[in-house]
Amino acid sequence: MAYSDKVIEHFKNPKNVGTLNKEEQNVGTGLVGAPECGDVMRLQIQVDSAGIIQDAKFKTFGCGSAIASSSLATEWLKGKSVDEAMKIDNMAIVEELALPPVKIHCSVLAEDAIKSAIEDYKKKNTQ
Amino acid sequence: MSARQIYLDNNATTPCDPRVVEEMLPYFYENPGNAASRNHPFGWTAEDAVEQARERIADLISVSPKEIIFTSGATESDNLALKGVFEMYSRKGDHIITLKTEHKAVLDACQHIEKKGGKVTYLDVNREGLVDLEKLENAITDETILVSVMWANNETGVIQPVKEIGEICAKHGVLFMSDATQAVGKIPVNPKEVGIHLMAFTAHKMYGPKGVGALFVNRKAPRVKVTAQIDGGGHERGMRSGTLNVPGIVGFGKAAEICKNEMEKEAVRLSRLRDKLETTLLNDLEEVYVNGSSEHRMPHVSNLSFKHVEGEGLMMTFNQEIALSSGSACTSASLEPSYVLIALGLGDDLAHSSLRFSLGRFTTEEDIDFTIEAIKKGVNHMRDLSPIWEMYKEGVDLESVQWQEH
Repeated sequence: MAYSDKVIEHFKNPKNVGTLNKEEQNVGTGLVGAPECGDVMRLQIQVDSAGIIQDAKFKTFGCGSAIASSSLATEWLKGKSVDEAMKIDNMAIVEELALPPVKIHCSVLAEDAIKSAIEDYKKKNTQ
Repeated sequence: MSARQIYLDNNATTPCDPRVVEEMLPYFYENPGNAASRNHPFGWTAEDAVEQARERIADLISVSPKEIIFTSGATESDNLALKGVFEMYSRKGDHIITLKTEHKAVLDACQHIEKKGGKVTYLDVNREGLVDLEKLENAITDETILVSVMWANNETGVIQPVKEIGEICAKHGVLFMSDATQAVGKIPVNPKEVGIHLMAFTAHKMYGPKGVGALFVNRKAPRVKVTAQIDGGGHERGMRSGTLNVPGIVGFGKAAEICKNEMEKEAVRLSRLRDKLETTLLNDLEEVYVNGSSEHRMPHVSNLSFKHVEGEGLMMTFNQEIALSSGSACTSASLEPSYVLIALGLGDDLAHSSLRFSLGRFTTEEDIDFTIEAIKKGVNHMRDLSPIWEMYKEGVDLESVQWQEH
């Protein structure tokens, strides 16, 4: 099975790799997956006072498709409001990266990571 | 394909040696005969070629040519041995003993036998990948007809104590079958010396063509018989019908002859290259583990786990240049990590992080040097991307993390 050009591009030049300070009030962190399952994604967002995602970073343990999915997710997150970000659907990732059926779970994980990061941010900022 | 292509997946299949191909060529057009045609020169030429090949193959494993049954490959040989013994010896018993780390050809044939009412014991292996001889002996009952233990494992290269297993089988009057696909042609293999009664192997793992294999069936003391699984014409002493693949068998014979002559030197060369690869990676990278026994192992195989790096992702960093295999779930159709590595007691995480290097006749020192650098670069790149590597480096106890399994 060959990888799509877009997966290869994101894999070779992943966007937004890194770590934000998870202790910051305006940073939300999502950590999903398990080492036993072969993929773990950590996705972080930094949100400004207007509720817009200024920055997004990821680190992923997983196959090429998992890394590409999380790299793409961080690109899409930047500039979106938190509410818009909640609407990112895994099938959009599948389409953009031309993921084959066996790799759909990578996109699901990326969607879970986005939602989990947003939930963490909201939990910190509800009071 | 880019300019450089390094092939380190010789346990999957080996390239056909050009000397083998050359020997095969006349048997496609110039000598097209059916080896079973008894009444004209085309048939005689084909038969002579088949018999010469049979002798060369028998010679490689020190058995009589009459004890070699040609098949389509090791999977068929495994099926013929297991199902054929189960059917032929049903009056004696219905119990078979094998290992959890056997090839799928053996395990799936055993499952088929279970569906037909047979009983199969799947023994665990230890951390090194080796069978526990005491457990093996204890598993033998009055109903046991066959013990099936591979000579060398395809994923780890671990060599089982076949001589000791042979002694146990002889003591209890049980037949001993071995899948020696990964061992024949690479290390000395002499089934009679170790008490093996049936042995499966194939041409394409020893620089011969794909589509042709053999089953050794012991002929004297004891005379072993298997029920044919393919009927029609009674070829191969009634054990395997079907027109013989003459060019394939000729190539198999040539491959066996070359292996016999070159195996000893080749094993020394390959184990030196393998050790260079392995020790350099172990020295230059943190958290690298050797899977399976280093002591009882094929000279050309190294199976390593690179902690906190996923195998398929790692392979993607160099798969344009280097071909090898991973025990990662992502590389398998089942999405389960390697059952062989799991049977060794590796956690799923380390199984996902494994790579299998299998060197071969055409592997050069330059290939290994290139591979070492590529792996080091790939592992470092993947660790920079890995959240669990970061957590590990920060001293987080990964066991205590509440992972969200999916």
